[in-house]
Amino acid sequence: MPMELSFFIEVLIGGLLAGMMYSLVALGFVLIFKASGIFNFAQAAMVLFAAMFIAGMNQRYGVPFWLAIPITIVLMVGVAWIIERVVLRPLVNQEPIIMFMSTIGIFFALIGFAEIIWGSRSRSLDVGIPQDPIFVGDMLFQSYDLVAGAIAIVLVLMLAVFAQRTRMGRVLRAVADDHQAAQAVGIRLSTVWVVVWAIAGFVAVVAGVVWGGNLGVQPVMVDVAFKALPVLLLGGLTSIHGAIIAGLIIGAGEAMAEVYLGPIIGGGIDNWFAYVIAMAFMVYRPEGMFGEKIIERI
Amino acid sequence: MATAQAQLKAHRGQAGESLLKVENVSLAFGGVRALRDVSFEVKRKQIFSIIGPNGAGKSSMLNCINGFYHPNSGTITYKGRPRRQMRPYEAANQGIARTFQNIALFKGMSTLDNIMTGRHLKTKATLLENALWLGRAQREEMEHRRFCEEIIDFLEIQAYRKTPVGTLPYGLQKRVELGRALAAEPELLLLDEPMAGMNLEEKQDMARFILDVNDEFGMTICLIEHDMAVVMDLSDHIVVLDHGEKIGEGGPEEVSSNPRVIEAYLGTSQEQEA
Repeated sequence: MPMELSFFIEVLIGGLLAGMMYSLVALGFVLIFKASGIFNFAQAAMVLFAAMFIAGMNQRYGVPFWLAIPITIVLMVGVAWIIERVVLRPLVNQEPIIMFMSTIGIFFALIGFAEIIWGSRSRSLDVGIPQDPIFVGDMLFQSYDLVAGAIAIVLVLMLAVFAQRTRMGRVLRAVADDHQAAQAVGIRLSTVWVVVWAIAGFVAVVAGVVWGGNLGVQPVMVDVAFKALPVLLLGGLTSIHGAIIAGLIIGAGEAMAEVYLGPIIGGGIDNWFAYVIAMAFMVYRPEGMFGEKIIERI
Repeated sequence: MATAQAQLKAHRGQAGESLLKVENVSLAFGGVRALRDVSFEVKRKQIFSIIGPNGAGKSSMLNCINGFYHPNSGTITYKGRPRRQMRPYEAANQGIARTFQNIALFKGMSTLDNIMTGRHLKTKATLLENALWLGRAQREEMEHRRFCEEIIDFLEIQAYRKTPVGTLPYGLQKRVELGRALAAEPELLLLDEPMAGMNLEEKQDMARFILDVNDEFGMTICLIEHDMAVVMDLSDHIVVLDHGEKIGEGGPEEVSSNPRVIEAYLGTSQEQEA
């Protein structure tokens, strides 16, 4: 294989794998938005929150990861329950912007709470995913990226099976389609919201472990989680497969731009390039690739 | 249709027995008084209609019955028990199912899946059993599936079983919505303008299904409708609302000869001149 081509493939695959990790965070946003119409600003904080608890328990109290991760998952279910009770239920039927503002409050509350317990210093989170480079021919891959990509794929498949094949999945899809009709067939919205937030919490645990392992657990993780925003805009807020495909496009696009455009216009492209892709796309399709066309009556 | 029919027929009570009693119900949204002191009684096995011009408060009344709205005053007595505040899932739990004026189907889901959601409250397996797909969850799913298939046969929509309902024509969507309500084995079926926006043929089909549901299953039906001809043909008993007030009540003939009703529908002579 010519050097040029193998380098191209190496960059492309590295980018796609990084993109899977963006998709992981974006999925959490999509799940909540679909089921409740709330844009959950706090999703990024949930990722950091989960990572801080796992890393903190492990380092301060020596809790092994196989125990710390399930404990954190249970904790996220509890967080979901509290959020539904304390924040969402009193605000039911309020304007979406008010719900959105409340999730900004949840964002700071979650980070603040985690920092009270674990402090604000950064920690490493090494759950044993290998970090070695792997050579395929003359292409170089990071084994960490491959494992993370595999984890993301498994999670996405699990969510797809849950949504399409189980009764709860059918209930969630029903609520996502029409709140009123769902209530009329006897579905309790409050229960569904707890389940959805708990699943988003579970996704945040997975993303927290994968991202935290790569970057270390520190407040700046939140910025990376916001990389999910252009992914959402590109994929459409209501589409699960949109989040995945857009994550791949953004990941690959970023890596390509950094390598091929970077030398021409100076480095640091990957900080903003994703937004350029998303914005350019939105000029043509404001609802994103797979989003629902929203027609609002005025 | 053997098993589903039997199930739908079971526990329907005696004809003529009071199922739903609305007494002096008033409802206001800010300064707008949607319902004023409305009273009526729905008896078992009746086809009961609420009619009236636009903005008369018909849909508000239906929304009070199934718990979307809570009346400001008055009582609603259902199956002999008075209630003030009831949430929609509680109403559904007590056997009240409904359809919506603008069709509220789960558009991305297939016909069968939509009707299956109607079985939601009939499912006993727990979340965990479902997640692990244990025996009971599996058995239940099969039973519900069979029940829903029978409803699909009854409503003659076999050909659209797997079609996403968002792509079906309007008349068929209304039929799927009726199917979803039937799947809940309701004691009281609320239909919000079941014929709205339909052509003549679709209206005739829908009327036939409504009559069949009432005849064969003995189901009590409370419907809202604009089309006077349809209401007169179907209904055992009619209540007429105008500006949130009850202006007439009785059998079809009684109502259609009531001068206040005629006035509300056709306007007074002065109004017509103006």
